Amino acid sequence: MKLKIFTTLLVAAALALPLAASAGAYELNVPSLTYRTGPYAPNGIPFANGYADYWNLLNERDGGIEGIKINLFECETAYNTQQGVECYENTKGQNGGSLIYQPLSTGITYQLIPKVTEDNIPLFSMGYGRTSAANGKVFPWIFNFPATYWDGATAIMQYVADREGGMDKLKGKKVALVYHNSAYGKEPIRTLEVMAAKYGFELQLLPVDHPGQEQKATWLQVRKDRPDWVLLWGWGVMNQVAIKEAASVRYPMDHFVGIWWSASENDVLPAGDEANGYLAATVHAAGAGFPLHQDIFKFLYDKGKGAGERERVGEVLYNRGVLAAMWTAEAMRNAMKIHKTKEITPAMLRDGFETLKVDEKRLAELGLKGFTYGIEITCANHSGPGKAAIQQWDAKAKQWNIISKFYDRMDEITGPLIEEDSAGFAKESNITPRSCG
Amino acid sequence: MLYREAGQFKTSYEADQAVFPIRQDRWVIAVVLIVALAAVPLVIEDYWTNAVMLPFLVYALAALGLNILVGYCGQISLGTGGFMAVGAFAAFKLTTMFPGMNLIAVLLLSGLVTAGVGVVFGLPSLRIKGFYLAVATLAAQFFLVWLFNKVEWFYNYNATGQITMPPREIFGFLVTGPAAKPAVKYLFALSFVIVFAVVAKNLVRGRIGRMWMSIRDMDIAAELIGVRPLHSKLSAFAVSSFYIGVAGGLLFTVWLGAAEVTEAFGIDKSFLVLFMVIIGGLGSVLGSFLGAGFLVLMPILLKNFMVGGLGISPVVAKHVEITTMGVLIILFLIVEPHGLARLWQITKEKLRLWPFPY
Amino acid sequence: MGDFTFFLETTISGLMTGVMYSLVALGFVLIFKASGIFNFAQGVMCLFAALTLVGLMEKFGLPAWLAIIATIGVMIVLAWLIERFVLQYMVSQSPIILFMATIGLAYVLEGVGDLMWGSDVKLLDIGLPQGASDWMLDNFNIYVEKLELVAGVVAAAMVAVLAVFFQKTRIGRALRAVADDHQAALSVGISLRTIWVIVWSVAGIVALVTGIMWGSKSGVQFSLSLIALKALPVLILGGFTSIPGAIVGGLIIGVGEKWAEIYVGSLVGGAIENWFAYVLALMFLLVRPQGLFGEKIIERV
Repeated sequence: MKLKIFTTLLVAAALALPLAASAGAYELNVPSLTYRTGPYAPNGIPFANGYADYWNLLNERDGGIEGIKINLFECETAYNTQQGVECYENTKGQNGGSLIYQPLSTGITYQLIPKVTEDNIPLFSMGYGRTSAANGKVFPWIFNFPATYWDGATAIMQYVADREGGMDKLKGKKVALVYHNSAYGKEPIRTLEVMAAKYGFELQLLPVDHPGQEQKATWLQVRKDRPDWVLLWGWGVMNQVAIKEAASVRYPMDHFVGIWWSASENDVLPAGDEANGYLAATVHAAGAGFPLHQDIFKFLYDKGKGAGERERVGEVLYNRGVLAAMWTAEAMRNAMKIHKTKEITPAMLRDGFETLKVDEKRLAELGLKGFTYGIEITCANHSGPGKAAIQQWDAKAKQWNIISKFYDRMDEITGPLIEEDSAGFAKESNITPRSCG
Repeated sequence: MLYREAGQFKTSYEADQAVFPIRQDRWVIAVVLIVALAAVPLVIEDYWTNAVMLPFLVYALAALGLNILVGYCGQISLGTGGFMAVGAFAAFKLTTMFPGMNLIAVLLLSGLVTAGVGVVFGLPSLRIKGFYLAVATLAAQFFLVWLFNKVEWFYNYNATGQITMPPREIFGFLVTGPAAKPAVKYLFALSFVIVFAVVAKNLVRGRIGRMWMSIRDMDIAAELIGVRPLHSKLSAFAVSSFYIGVAGGLLFTVWLGAAEVTEAFGIDKSFLVLFMVIIGGLGSVLGSFLGAGFLVLMPILLKNFMVGGLGISPVVAKHVEITTMGVLIILFLIVEPHGLARLWQITKEKLRLWPFPY
Repeated sequence: MGDFTFFLETTISGLMTGVMYSLVALGFVLIFKASGIFNFAQGVMCLFAALTLVGLMEKFGLPAWLAIIATIGVMIVLAWLIERFVLQYMVSQSPIILFMATIGLAYVLEGVGDLMWGSDVKLLDIGLPQGASDWMLDNFNIYVEKLELVAGVVAAAMVAVLAVFFQKTRIGRALRAVADDHQAALSVGISLRTIWVIVWSVAGIVALVTGIMWGSKSGVQFSLSLIALKALPVLILGGFTSIPGAIVGGLIIGVGEKWAEIYVGSLVGGAIENWFAYVLALMFLLVRPQGLFGEKIIERV
């Protein structure tokens, strides 16, 4: 009987929940779909902390955006699509409506693309999710700037070509792609295939199944075939094991390039000194040396209000969380400006995103000079400039250093692919692409 | 006092053999059905549809299918995720190849395809038994997921292998896609579940169900009295896979609307549905619903209670939620090892005597 | 590199990987042998043990050897708790119910482990050698992982100790008696509850060893609990009740899946080793339905 009473209480509490939402002053509702548990938690935690710290900093230091407080609330997805959907449905109407979603998961992003389009809420998948969402004509509510996986692939190959001495030197080279055998890992294959055909290098595909703790067979093949370059498209434990195995088979680390999700401190630290020289693409700098980080220390961590541990501020994924929050906040500011109201709706925020411009000057104002590059979003192009640089791990100093320029994407390669993939989606889902003025 | 069968006389064989021989049971079922069919659709919105009711219905259907195999025929299967993937991908291929095809037909055909696949992977059951059989179905699980991930034809050659459900209508109502009304989606899934539950209930009390149960209780003895093991085991695999395939189809078309095979149909789905069957009660149609209800609704309930009600941070709440689920599972098994359905039965028996238990 | 050298290398790597799988499978076999329970929580126990070890080393600054002893202590306490709060109520239930109870246990351990130690990835370094063996690489051009050599030695030692324990000691005989028949064992005065605590403790220690090996390889994190999936085909192939079976099964699966991945996988697009392990086990089972070393199934009406 006790059990029954307990259950009844639970039901009552759960039912009472939607009523509990208070109708106070207008706030900017920012839900944060985190995964601090589950197999990918080690990657989810620093990102969520960076994301939270930036919003909290705005509240603590500036009193919000243009005087409007930010209401940040987390919902735990455990990187699980089903729980992601639950979180989305649960939070989208909370406190009068959420403004923006950033799930940090390819699966949940694909899941939410049709839903947010219907519910008219912008979705910002920063450097992940569906690449062809770059086409703003087909995906008006989805933003995936500053760069897509396909941009990343072309940037990495340009860096490879630089090291080899020019695009024409790629001919006859052998490039292996070690990838997470899922939608995320398969993203770059098309692009690399097109490039392989165009520049005459050989592409070897080596899939690794989730979770990727056992990659012996993959690395034996690398050891046997000795590809000139190995690219890594991994996530979670797969990254750590891949870097360790690569070191074990004595694959030179400076010919081993990861995408930006295979490039956190978590991934290289377990391999110790052997990871020294590992390369990875990135869209922003690592480290806590920026004025903004000093503010984060001053206004949050010194007062015990930080989301994570002090010494982990400035990690790659932490900074990525900061970056995602920063661009979103700028889009909100922009939306307030163009709509001349401080109480913005999701639709206004979308307009804010679509005309977003954050240049070097503005970055310096934000205390992020040299943190990333300037971006400009348009109605048709939701993926921004698509630039990426290469960073290298220094195992002695335990830090990442950017060692190349920011490469522009190769529009002649990715453009047609995006056109093709988004057209396929539009046809399948009966969407008529809108025209961009 | 209220729940008593005294005075209800059966005057015909049909009445005696009815699914619900007791009048009060029929009333309860009628009330539940009326509420589910008429009252719920009026109030249901996005959250309740997508996060609560659709998962419950889809998993209940899958658990029902698995219960036929595990609970009635005694063959352990850990291939549920793979078979659901067959259903989902069959539905996707059918509906994109023949956009005009009725969604009900699409789902039924997907079920048939899955049944065929299920029979193939059920063949080893003729030789392998018990936990060892789990390996054959696990082979199915991993192989099918690999296949749908690898062969581009299955996902219409898109770049990543994600499949997305186009909008489809039935009788002029939009059922799939994000624009579909919550109540329509819910009613569509619900009608599938009701029809299939009735079919299942009648299957298991008929000749074929008795055949399955005789195999489950002792296969050699069953063989000796003339039950053909080949016929009964494979029919159980076929029917079970059919149910699971339709559940997979519903999961993809109506509930999620987009899916990626490695994520949506992984091994954890297989385990989840098996847990539902065991927690709910092996060999019980009602148990499949109770098990699905418990494992789908309980985490959401706990989460909303802790995060919304008590204001615990979502992370801690998640850990506590997992722990609590574990404790509850163990507790239920200690209180009643034969599942929630048995618990319900005991309650009913006590009710009959209440308030004079002597 | 010559084709034959590569074949040799693939085989050796397969054997080594197989040993790592065997370690996980051993824990399953121990518990199944002594109590007929298919312990779904074994994978989570590995995670839990490794988390506790790292936690003790990091948070309390214990040296590795002391932390290992302390963790063994924790695993024994855990075994006692499991017996006290779960198993004693489950005597003579059907296998599937016991299986389900261990699932509940897995949930609890996962939640508690995370609550206590957090879900970040943690480095585990108790001084085990890492990386490829330079000597093998330089002299024979064959790549062997040092950690896996250690794992091989540890597994061999563990099997030897367990064999002696089961065959020669009083408790070992009692364990076998319980495995044969719970009731008969009870009637000759063997305490079922003590035996269960002992078996779960031993399985806990095996889980700790497994956790150390896999944790040194990839860091300690949630994924560690998923290695249980790698042990399933091994277990089924070797038979649920045989310790040598777990070892031989591990070796066969390890070598088989590496051969398949490298020589067949490259033809069909790769990543076939996961399902191939099960297909391999299935092929063996069709010939011997009780697994390689499993007890012969005798059916009576």
